[in-house]
Amino acid sequence: MSTHAEAPPQPKVPKRLEELDEVVIRFAGDSGDGMQLAGMQFTNETAVAGTDLATLPDFPAEIRAPAGTLFGVSGFQVNFSSHDIFTPGDQPDVLVMMNPAALKVNLRDLKPGGSIIADTAEFTEPNLKKAGYASNPLEDGSLAKYQVFPVNITQMTLRALEGLNLNTKVATRCKNFYALGLTSWLFTRPIEPTVRWIESRFKKTPELVEANARALKAGYHFGETAEMFAVQYEVKPARLSPGKYRNITGNTATALGFIAAAERAGVPLFLGSYPITPASDILHEIAGYKNFNVYTFQAEDEIAAVGAALGAAYGGAIGICTTSGPGMLLKQEMINLAVVAELPLIIADVQRAGPSTGMPTKTEQADLLMAIYGRASESPVVVLAPATPGDCFFMAFEAVRIATKYMVPVVFLSDGYLGNGAEPWRIPQVSELPKVEIHFRTSPEGFQPYMRDPETLARPWVRPGTPGLEHRIGGLAKEDVTGHVSYDALNNEKMVRLRAEKVARVAMDIPPTAIRGDRSGKLLVVGWGSTYGAIVEAVERLRGQGKSISHVHLRHLNPLPPDLKDIVRGFERVLVPELNMGQLLKIMRAEYLVDAIGMNKIQGQPFKVGELMDRMQELVEA
Amino acid sequence: MSQVTIPTAKLTRKDFMSDQEVRWCPGCGDYSILAQMQKVLPELAIDRAKLVFISGIGCASRFPYYMNTYGFHTIHGRAPAIATGLKISRPELDVWVVTGDGDGLSIGGNHLIHALRRNIDIKILLFNNRIYGLTKGQYSPTSELGKVTKSTPFGSLDYPLSPVEIALGAEATFVARSVDVEIKHLQDTLKRAHEHTGSAFIEILQNCNVFNDGAWEPITNRATKADHQLILEHGKPLIFGKNNEKGIRLGKDMNPEIVNLGDGVDASELLVHDETNPGMAYILSRLGPQFPTPIGVFRTVKRMSYDEGANAQIETAKKRLGPGDLEAILNRGDTWVVK
Repeated sequence: MSTHAEAPPQPKVPKRLEELDEVVIRFAGDSGDGMQLAGMQFTNETAVAGTDLATLPDFPAEIRAPAGTLFGVSGFQVNFSSHDIFTPGDQPDVLVMMNPAALKVNLRDLKPGGSIIADTAEFTEPNLKKAGYASNPLEDGSLAKYQVFPVNITQMTLRALEGLNLNTKVATRCKNFYALGLTSWLFTRPIEPTVRWIESRFKKTPELVEANARALKAGYHFGETAEMFAVQYEVKPARLSPGKYRNITGNTATALGFIAAAERAGVPLFLGSYPITPASDILHEIAGYKNFNVYTFQAEDEIAAVGAALGAAYGGAIGICTTSGPGMLLKQEMINLAVVAELPLIIADVQRAGPSTGMPTKTEQADLLMAIYGRASESPVVVLAPATPGDCFFMAFEAVRIATKYMVPVVFLSDGYLGNGAEPWRIPQVSELPKVEIHFRTSPEGFQPYMRDPETLARPWVRPGTPGLEHRIGGLAKEDVTGHVSYDALNNEKMVRLRAEKVARVAMDIPPTAIRGDRSGKLLVVGWGSTYGAIVEAVERLRGQGKSISHVHLRHLNPLPPDLKDIVRGFERVLVPELNMGQLLKIMRAEYLVDAIGMNKIQGQPFKVGELMDRMQELVEA
Repeated sequence: MSQVTIPTAKLTRKDFMSDQEVRWCPGCGDYSILAQMQKVLPELAIDRAKLVFISGIGCASRFPYYMNTYGFHTIHGRAPAIATGLKISRPELDVWVVTGDGDGLSIGGNHLIHALRRNIDIKILLFNNRIYGLTKGQYSPTSELGKVTKSTPFGSLDYPLSPVEIALGAEATFVARSVDVEIKHLQDTLKRAHEHTGSAFIEILQNCNVFNDGAWEPITNRATKADHQLILEHGKPLIFGKNNEKGIRLGKDMNPEIVNLGDGVDASELLVHDETNPGMAYILSRLGPQFPTPIGVFRTVKRMSYDEGANAQIETAKKRLGPGDLEAILNRGDTWVVK
């Protein structure tokens, strides 16, 4: 048997090809093992092969946690299927495990009868001990109910790279590509997209292109030739709606949505940001698009980041900033000013598990009330939430459209699961995108800084530099129309109500609420944000069993869709599943006087379809 | 707001006065600073529409309301951050920040130093009265040690910091000091700040006659100021005193010392001010209490401004990558078609 990439020998045994409908694979290893990369490349391969997919990266906050430890395990789960899927899957069918700690952490999730591919080189005495194993699980029979493929991935990688003159450390690092190659073979995924990626990623170091590509191909060919792999699996392309697709993460989609909106508006985009997990990738992405008249400004802190964005908005740019919960709360002061200054400002909060520093790399939905209410005094803003990674594009676009149309701050609530998760995305035609119409006031005729559009109540947007429109704005209470400083009691109440009414009128822009299922029945499930996939899957399965369940997913959280009240009244029970202690639940109960029931999970992990189904079933049968 | 005439003729001081009644306490040093600004601007022949005054919170920060230009009264300490975003995206605007010792050095210290180190092309005027005025008289980060105020009845325990030293430490490319009542000097300093490309920082010694009257007394009093002001002029020796009889030279231990001219000391031995020499700026910023207070430009050097760089990057990116093509970036990477 040879592992050389250049001349793969013919397989000695004929391989059987078995078709599967859906597969969930989880890659896991040390946080330095490159498992996120392997997972993302596998995702890309399977996307190009045309299956539907959903991913769940799950990694520690430590960049390089001590090797072999349980807390240093980094995982990436991908679910791919020939039919529509909405979640990364509750339980993996296959574990690709780079060390004993990874196995220890992930085994409990593996489906009964599932497969384990493990790098035997790492199952050494010290590593087993670190993971808390008394004996080697690959040998002691404890994995008997699974199908185990012990492969010396490290050694085979080194052998494949012989003659490349790389030191062992560098060569060993290529083992993630070996594991990826093997997994790609096992599930008949094309490795060409990964080869192309390696070529572009390492183009400045040709020896690494050669090394990683060789490791990848060696893994692939090992699957082909090794007798232990008798079966190869195939997952046919999914029947997605026609169009051109790419694989996209929520953070990339968010970045593109902002760029697209500014481009359609014909106004420069200004991103002020301070690095924070899990939002930084939006900054990284946008920073590469300077040729779109895009400014990216890495500020000294979260406050200056949003301050600069507000300054840019004051100057007539699309001012946005990207952050996560702990940064969001520092921005509230500036958002408070933007409310009074009535300037368009967009804040993307990619929520993470908290409070405080919390679990930076884990997901949560607990910033909703902070986004809607968490500022001094009466400070209404618009709050939107995308439902899927691809939806981030459209909601980012929508955030810009609303902010500029109503001259109001808009909070865009994504989360770690959406931001880092990926799905196939039907690429929109530029001409399909809505217009973002921006009108800067230039005429001095009858101008007053706080005069309002009768329909939207927006005040005029004036770019400093416009002759004849010099005026002053600020955080002190404003006199209606003139914007002069005013401490008049009745005027203050009038202005507070005007700003509230302006936000309320955004409801005119919300399309009719889509209902999955009937308009009335036993149970209505109301979700928002990243729980979309899991709820849809659970509701669809139970509806398939004839249960009377419907689903509404909110993308506009403030104001709420005007038709929601009537929809809610059509059901005996309302369930609101959230990754928080019941924040939308509180709002629904307050707004509609409905005895809605919460389902809450605060573990830094998305809902599993199974747990949602259990709860829905209970409620629908009670 | 109510003035909508587009100016065609040469502007006067009046053109820069807004219709708002000025609400500082009678006798406040801020009146003079406002007046000098309004007098200087017509001479600079700036397009009034391109002027923007941005302030934080505090007495000084009411400044924009009184200027008939664009103005934004923002948040305590945050004016430099807002001005930064505006100037980067609108480099053609003439952006001024007005702040005070509390606003700029206490709550907004971080934004101030980062705006200065980035060399954003904004002009920052820090009115230093060594007290919190708007909150009615607590000590500030420039108050002297042991300051007895409402919040420190037994005396303040923190050592003051020097605005000029902060600015120099942050590598500001223009650092100056002037005085509210030194009308001519203040006007000249404002003009020089305006001429400068990059962050210009002026500490303006300003009297709060209600809560900290006489804070700059020996420097501003006509009777004593000659001995307490050291007027800095580029290329001129460091001389002061009523009859220009005193000077400053470097002593044997490399520390500055005051000498009497004529006592066997020749003017050629004195230190000669060089606005481009960082060592000189450092020495001047750290003269002890026995020395006169330097007034004038400590340092001015040329360096690329952040906004210049940011806009140049966009132009370079357009040249290298071509103008933004939305279709292309949406379709970036591996794609596939579903029929």
